[in-house]
Amino acid sequence: MEKQKFDNKVVQWVDDRLPVFSYLNHEYVDFPMPKNLNYFWNFGALATITLVTMIVTGIVLAMQYTPHTTLAFDSVERIMRDVNYGWLMRYIHANGASMFFIVVYIHIFRGLYYGSYKAPRELIWMLGVVILLLMMGTAFMGYVLPWGQMSYWGAQVITDFFTAIPFVGDAITTWLRGDFVIDNATLNRFFSLHYLLPFVIVGVVAFHVTALHIAGSNNPDGIDIKDPQDTVPFTPYFTAKDSVGIGVFLIVWASFIFFAPNFLGHPDNYIEAQPLSTPAHIVPEWYFLPFYAILRSITFDVLFLEAKLLGVIAMGASIMILFILPWLDTSKVRSARYRPLYRLFFWVLLVDCVILGIVGAKSPNDLVISGVDWFEYKTLGLLATIYYFAHFLVLIPIIGKIETPKPLPTSISQPVTGGGGFAPAGSASAAKRGKA
Amino acid sequence: MPRLTMKAALAVIFLFGATTTAANSAEIVSFPKKDWSWQGVFGTYDRSQLQRGLQAYKSVCAACHGLKFIAFRDLMDLGYSAAEIKAFAKTIEVTNAEPNDEGEIFKRPARAADYFPDPFPNKQAARAANNGAYPPDLSLVVESRVGGADYLHALLTGYTDPPKGVKLGDGMYYNKAYPGHQIAMPAPIMDDSVEYKDGTKPTVNQIATDVTAFLAWASEPNMEARKSMGIKVMLFLFAFLFVLIGMKRRTWSNVH
Repeated sequence: MEKQKFDNKVVQWVDDRLPVFSYLNHEYVDFPMPKNLNYFWNFGALATITLVTMIVTGIVLAMQYTPHTTLAFDSVERIMRDVNYGWLMRYIHANGASMFFIVVYIHIFRGLYYGSYKAPRELIWMLGVVILLLMMGTAFMGYVLPWGQMSYWGAQVITDFFTAIPFVGDAITTWLRGDFVIDNATLNRFFSLHYLLPFVIVGVVAFHVTALHIAGSNNPDGIDIKDPQDTVPFTPYFTAKDSVGIGVFLIVWASFIFFAPNFLGHPDNYIEAQPLSTPAHIVPEWYFLPFYAILRSITFDVLFLEAKLLGVIAMGASIMILFILPWLDTSKVRSARYRPLYRLFFWVLLVDCVILGIVGAKSPNDLVISGVDWFEYKTLGLLATIYYFAHFLVLIPIIGKIETPKPLPTSISQPVTGGGGFAPAGSASAAKRGKA
Repeated sequence: MPRLTMKAALAVIFLFGATTTAANSAEIVSFPKKDWSWQGVFGTYDRSQLQRGLQAYKSVCAACHGLKFIAFRDLMDLGYSAAEIKAFAKTIEVTNAEPNDEGEIFKRPARAADYFPDPFPNKQAARAANNGAYPPDLSLVVESRVGGADYLHALLTGYTDPPKGVKLGDGMYYNKAYPGHQIAMPAPIMDDSVEYKDGTKPTVNQIATDVTAFLAWASEPNMEARKSMGIKVMLFLFAFLFVLIGMKRRTWSNVH
């Protein structure tokens, strides 16, 4: 990196000793970005904004929250009623968790669609999966803190997974809970970890972004940058474009905060935890529903392996499989724009995940179609689970072998300088880009 | 742009398909939707309705149900003056939190800073007095039930004779809205259960509506502050977005 010169003497003085300004300039001002990125590339920035907001509101909430089983619920209500703008902080934070998952899920599916997980970006993708796992842990423990009915029974169900481990399951579960039952020790450690993990996420995000700035952003065509003509500097172009996305995102988030703050929550969590009274249906937050469906879809033992253990393994594997995705995919073409067969199955996978989400919200024994007795939600869940794994383990490797990709454009700036379209001729998006 | 539209549509299905089912998963007992004054973006509580609801809570519900998150000072929200609240609090006896100089816990008339007292000294006493059932605290009852205010109103007005063939448990009552239909609470409201100060005719439906409104307020006393801030925030965000879009277009106008 050549040495940067700054007009401001103080900035120059600091930068000579600690090159923070050079660093920011290099990574967020001059950094070359493919100029054809669409709005799906906003979601990384949106996730960053959400993470920071969650940490700030979380720190403020922790100043008024009491992590004790006898006081936790009351302290949350005190925040809602008596702390100045406490309701605002809590609604931002509670809905922020949902927003974070919406944004991150779109971010992940963006990566799947445009092949952002492929070489040379495998490690960026894998660090992303680590972030997802950390987010899930953080969100789960955060949901326990208000000590409502769903908090308590959710904690019960999740920690109970570990009893499925053969031989040492009970010992591990007791160790994790800090007690033989979910109690104050559990609440305390969840609070401690819920405060810690977001900062771990910040650390992994730093790696995620650093690795991204080595390979550079992927783009909707999934082709490499050929020459400087293909790029624009991050600032002002993508600071401006990200800002538009942030503007829209804040409107969505604010609509929930101010006009439907409890829409995404479960009413039962406004009832204080009652260890002797189980809710009619224990349902996790919406963002865990697909995984919950996979967990519950396996209802039969296989040889000496119990159904419960298999369910836990399947649920874990549904995320772990993402780690090896870069090596399961046999296609060299990144973007689904040029992979007609993969594009079809991408949408099928998305629908499959939605179905898993719906199954996760239903009782396993409810009928999908009334009158058809054999078709229960757990059956649908099993089919959807099998399809989920088949997508990654069977379809992805095969599609790469048998598919004939469409011809790739020679460069990102080809359609303008060369006059031809790089998207399929006559497509609406090509016409639009031609106009721009 | 058919492809983009399809993407957007699928994204919407993905979001709301997953979320609405979460809310629907609990057992659903159907009950009519009522028009409440606080519904919608601009909805606010009706002060005189809340005042009637408070009167109904005090003379009907308070015998068995607590309201532990509401302090008397919170009643300012209902349109009462500080002096009125002081006078109202005085009529209710609370147990002092700290013992007196002789080391005895004592009772005294409530002050504005006190919270509504629980009607029973503990859960066991509450169960013992109510045929084994525990009358829940009502501070969050509207927020913590599927169906919210509509459900509560339907419950309070839902007492009927059991249909033929339904056998009720000992000390249980039949209610159309209650999940499972057998409830331990006897019909709490009769015509003229309350004598309204403002002269409103106290029918069962009127009292149930008023007390539901009061408890909706008790569930979320800051709702009006939330909505009025929300309207300002939204106006700002839309204006801000307009500026951001302009900035983006200008910035990108020279990219070819």
